[in-house]
Amino acid sequence: MVAAIVFWGLAVVAVAAGVAVFVVDSMARATYALALSFIAVGALIILLQQSYLGVITILMMVMEMAVMAVYMVMFMGMNPALMPMDMTHGKKTAIGASAGVFVLLASGALLIPWPERRGVPAEDITNALGLEIMGEKMLVMAVVGPVMVATIVSGVVLAAGRTRYDRLGDDLRRRPADDPQPGGVGR
Amino acid sequence: MPENMPETLLTTVPAGWAVLAGMILCALAFFAAALDSALSARAEGAGRGGWLAPAWSTARLLRQRRRTVVAADTLLLRVGAAGMLGGSFLMVAVIPFGRWTLADLDVGVVWFNTVDVMVWALVWLAGWGANSVHGLVGGYRFLAHGLAYELPLMFALVAPAIAAGSLRVSDVAGAQDRLWFAVWMPVAFVIFLVGVTGFSVWGPFAAALGADVAGGVLAELSGVDRLVLQAGRYAFLAAGAAFSVPLFLGGGAGPFLPEWAWVVVKTVAVLAVLVWLRRKLPVFRPDRFLEIGWVVLLPAAVAQDLVVSLVVVWKG
Repeated sequence: MVAAIVFWGLAVVAVAAGVAVFVVDSMARATYALALSFIAVGALIILLQQSYLGVITILMMVMEMAVMAVYMVMFMGMNPALMPMDMTHGKKTAIGASAGVFVLLASGALLIPWPERRGVPAEDITNALGLEIMGEKMLVMAVVGPVMVATIVSGVVLAAGRTRYDRLGDDLRRRPADDPQPGGVGR
Repeated sequence: MPENMPETLLTTVPAGWAVLAGMILCALAFFAAALDSALSARAEGAGRGGWLAPAWSTARLLRQRRRTVVAADTLLLRVGAAGMLGGSFLMVAVIPFGRWTLADLDVGVVWFNTVDVMVWALVWLAGWGANSVHGLVGGYRFLAHGLAYELPLMFALVAPAIAAGSLRVSDVAGAQDRLWFAVWMPVAFVIFLVGVTGFSVWGPFAAALGADVAGGVLAELSGVDRLVLQAGRYAFLAAGAAFSVPLFLGGGAGPFLPEWAWVVVKTVAVLAVLVWLRRKLPVFRPDRFLEIGWVVLLPAAVAQDLVVSLVVVWKG
């Protein structure tokens, strides 16, 4: 009974905050309405007794929205992010696509014959989940990690306007380096 | 390791005891504020006074009428300011107080991390909502500090969790019956304290509230809004100090005194050091500290995790 009330309360918060993202006229409010929606979803996951996944969802999403606030002001031309603005564009396509996806997912959820539970939950769910995700795929994960880091580094290198020759001179011997923004370590 | 750990005698108390926990946290936060103003009074040559100054400023701010600038986003401003005080209470919910705890969460360490990440949003919201350029600059200064201290802090939290083989705070405290984690993982302990100072917007990390930007996030805050944000900073500092006790300082372990008393003694000691350090360290410039965080602290924290992992594997 209590679980049902909490579930519906959180579900309403998640959906209402999701709607608010498109209704409000401020970038900051839209950003943190989305964060609130994700917090409610994280709490729903905790309600499913997946504490680790739930708490980590809240952590990731709040941090992500805070970082998004940095980019929001940094990259928007003429800083409309600081002014009241409409949060929607391309409305017809967007409404059509989202209505279609909703119908698809909702009919799937209602029409599918849900399976009966087989077996019982593991003693330590976080541990079991970790083994399930990582156990047999550890090699894949260990390879994917460095590949992702290499992708990020090469993306930054390709995007950066300055090279090490700009920093350290043609013979790479200039110390300290010539940086537009000096770092704290003095490299 | 979990199998040869002593039997934990931890009782989860009913939720009503949260009131007592909140009162203890408020008392610790008041102690931090009082100690800071007493140290300030001494440094300014005003003698031994200052201990009650936080009480007077609390009374003054409670009576002060709130003012806002035109087109301020008061909703976000209040969420940010009040959230700082509320968040610190969420943080202490998973800290064992001797034999009692409010919530014996199986992922308590991650819970702590999640609440401290909330501060990113809260400080920025308070800075944004005021609709003042000083507040906005302050909010972004804090995010820049956050980008520098948060990842080292996350990796510093990993070390005790690996050594204890658990994310449950009481298990981490119980795994230190022979040697405190602060002793054999000092790098993680120091980086943890740097992180606590960071998410409390305290001392070296107070650039977001700097006098050079007219108080930054605090510039337009008045009355109760200002009170809850300032109280929240001290409460977060106290909560962070309290969390260092089960994580690095052996929890309630100690001779003669009961366990809860040792938790209080250790918390007050860590808190006093953090408050005292404010006058000894300069404010870190966010742009400079970013490189220190990523080039010095982060590799140091990862190396500490590696050492801890090797020790755990070696001991079996």
